Amino acid sequence: MSRRVKERLKEILQYKPALVGLGILVLLIGISIYTVITIPYSKATYLWRAGEGIWLECPRNAMPSWVNLFLPKKLPETIILDTQKGGRGIAKAVVPFGEKASKIRIEFTFNYPYDDFPSEINLFYTAGYNRSSPHITIYWIKPNGEEFKIKELTLKKSGAYYVSNDEKVAQNLQKRIYEKFGKEPDYTMSPEIGLFAREDESILKIETVTPIKGRYMMIIEGTVFERNANVDVKLVVYGKVYGVAGTDHLRRDLSIALLWGTPIALSFGVIAAVSIAFIQMIIAALSAWYSNKVDFVIQKITEINMILPFLPILIMLSVFYSFNIWMLLIIVIALSIFGSGVKTYRAVFLQIKEFSYVEAAKAYGASNLRIIFLYLIPKILPTIIPSLVLSVSDFVFLEAALAFLGLGDPVAPTWGKIIDDAYSMGALYKGYFYWVLEPSFMLILTALGFALLGFSLDKIFNPRLKEI
Amino acid sequence: MKREAYGFLKYSLKRGISLIVVVVIAVYITILIANMGGYVDNIIKSEVRFRIGVQVNQNPAYKGLPPREKGKLIEKLYQQEIKRLGLDTPFIFRSYKYLAQALTLDLGRALYLTSDTGSRSVKMIILERLPATVLLFTTVNLILFFISLFAGLYASRKYESKIDKLIVGLSPLSSIPGWFYGIFLIIIFASVLRVLPYGGLVDAPPPTNMLDYAISVLRHMVLPILSWLIGYAFIQTYVRRTFFLMFSSEDYVEMARAKGLPPRMIERRYILRPTLPPIMTDFALTLISSWMGAIITERVFNWPGIGTLFYMAANMFDSPVIIGEVVIYAYLLAITIFVLDIVYAIVDPRIRLGIT
Repeated sequence: MSRRVKERLKEILQYKPALVGLGILVLLIGISIYTVITIPYSKATYLWRAGEGIWLECPRNAMPSWVNLFLPKKLPETIILDTQKGGRGIAKAVVPFGEKASKIRIEFTFNYPYDDFPSEINLFYTAGYNRSSPHITIYWIKPNGEEFKIKELTLKKSGAYYVSNDEKVAQNLQKRIYEKFGKEPDYTMSPEIGLFAREDESILKIETVTPIKGRYMMIIEGTVFERNANVDVKLVVYGKVYGVAGTDHLRRDLSIALLWGTPIALSFGVIAAVSIAFIQMIIAALSAWYSNKVDFVIQKITEINMILPFLPILIMLSVFYSFNIWMLLIIVIALSIFGSGVKTYRAVFLQIKEFSYVEAAKAYGASNLRIIFLYLIPKILPTIIPSLVLSVSDFVFLEAALAFLGLGDPVAPTWGKIIDDAYSMGALYKGYFYWVLEPSFMLILTALGFALLGFSLDKIFNPRLKEI
Repeated sequence: MKREAYGFLKYSLKRGISLIVVVVIAVYITILIANMGGYVDNIIKSEVRFRIGVQVNQNPAYKGLPPREKGKLIEKLYQQEIKRLGLDTPFIFRSYKYLAQALTLDLGRALYLTSDTGSRSVKMIILERLPATVLLFTTVNLILFFISLFAGLYASRKYESKIDKLIVGLSPLSSIPGWFYGIFLIIIFASVLRVLPYGGLVDAPPPTNMLDYAISVLRHMVLPILSWLIGYAFIQTYVRRTFFLMFSSEDYVEMARAKGLPPRMIERRYILRPTLPPIMTDFALTLISSWMGAIITERVFNWPGIGTLFYMAANMFDSPVIIGEVVIYAYLLAITIFVLDIVYAIVDPRIRLGIT
């Protein structure tokens, strides 16, 4: 037996498509193991469902960073400058004056070498004080020295100032352009464009407006009115690219769902395919072996099961009971075990039943179950392995389809869920193709892996097909 | 001839009755599954409450009643009605009643969704959407059927040729479902090239001219059909071709060739005829799976059929619509199977003559 298995394995390794398929599957399994070890499931679901709170430093709908390698115009990365963390380009000075008060001056300096505008600019601050709130003024200096006063602010204990959402800043910038050129720009200029744009004729048109590359400065001058009072500021200039996978509309890093989708999809597909095939085979063997009443009942159940609309019932159940992924798996298996496979297998078993080695087993008194499990089933096992492997991707896509209908596991981050989000947010209309293409790529990779392996196995195990 | 007609009738009757029994059982199981959480009960109860509320509020005799009294009255009448309907009896008795209602398509009222004419009746809502689904998926399946039949024949004739090898090579495309290709087709043809619509049934606003309307619908059908062709045309052609090849090496075909019959005649009489029954089965199975696949494909292309309706109902927890749809799907499956059984009988003389 083991020699035969070895021979088969050798044969598989000689097929190039099989090798590629195996390679893909090994890669996917590797990703799964890596994911399960490095990001525990609880952490993944927490991160995925945490809302915007913990993702505040990520840009919204950012493409993956590596797209910059292929684009002629470089898209900006996110720039974060935090006085609490310190580092290059951050200077903070506190000069006491008078009895209690002190002046605070924070300078953020950063290099901006990109060809496109940032997507957003936000300031987050914490102010330590007891009664009198600190007061700050925010200035912006472009690389060519042009200066702009953004805002005067009285600080709460902690909070955020969303520069991009400040209508007043946008109006002031527009006014400044009007004073310079006697014309207003032909588009609504958001603060992040105004603060980064080159201020010449090009700024008047949306097609020509370009950011200045170089060293930008944000200067925050403030006064605190208490001893020991302090102000810390974090400047986030959101880019248009992020990480290996980009982000979605809730600023979440897509790589979490892409990574966790792998073990979920693989285990769902493999468990469903294997258990359904085996249970169907056992039912078919029972049906063929016992014939008469058992056969009649099983055949009738199969016929009824074929009229039960599988997907609608599955959807109905998911809506009413909102299953987790494993319960969903069990329901899928339960609805499929009396599928059409039972009929196909039964026809084969009816032939095998008449073979002489089965007759011999019967003659020496083997029990019914022994014949079914040791004589009938092993006989057809090799012929069904290819179709079993091929059916894995059906179940992977079934899981994705349910998630795409908004009905998968409500907690687990999966590939289908990314596609669902992207679709609901109109990713195809807005041109966020990466959002759909990344999970699709993973799905296709999985399908390809199982298809290549399955079709090669088919050639090896069912050599008769080779002739035709 | 008479015997043939008799056998055919007997066969159809037998199949029809056995299918009706199966449909009854399938719908009953659906009801049992749906009512595990008491959903059917809730549908009925809310309907009763609504009806009594309307009755009391519209009855001029109760017009002067203060709201609290009115509420009490409604509650009293509601309890009476519940008792009258037997909602306080065990579920097992009531389930037969639900079964009768479902089978007669008395599907109740939707909780949130309405039909375009403003009706809340689940039957109206579903029937209004059914034509769009039937139009798209029957078209898809017919195209698939004829393409795979003729391409399969052609490939089997040109065995080992380049086209044959191409079909074999492309058949693994089927390991990805059709709706999934739809997403890419939308990106290519709608988002990037902007030559075809993203989805939907007609342009908005719909053209008033009949011809323009038809053209607009056709334009919207191109991508869904194409997505299914990519997903399923090659594998089906491959299956057909393998089938034809198997049959074309049979002895009687060799014999016909030896006799010098023209190849077209051999194909029609000696290869196509015996292979038709299994081909019909295949067609039945794809048609059935297309009713299911419709839900996802319609979501991808925003096609306003019963699949999209199902998706909307699922996301709004409109349980009467969901249950109604499952029942409609069970009916669709049964009708499909019945029609194909009949076609099967026409194609296969053994069944037609009552010989098995």
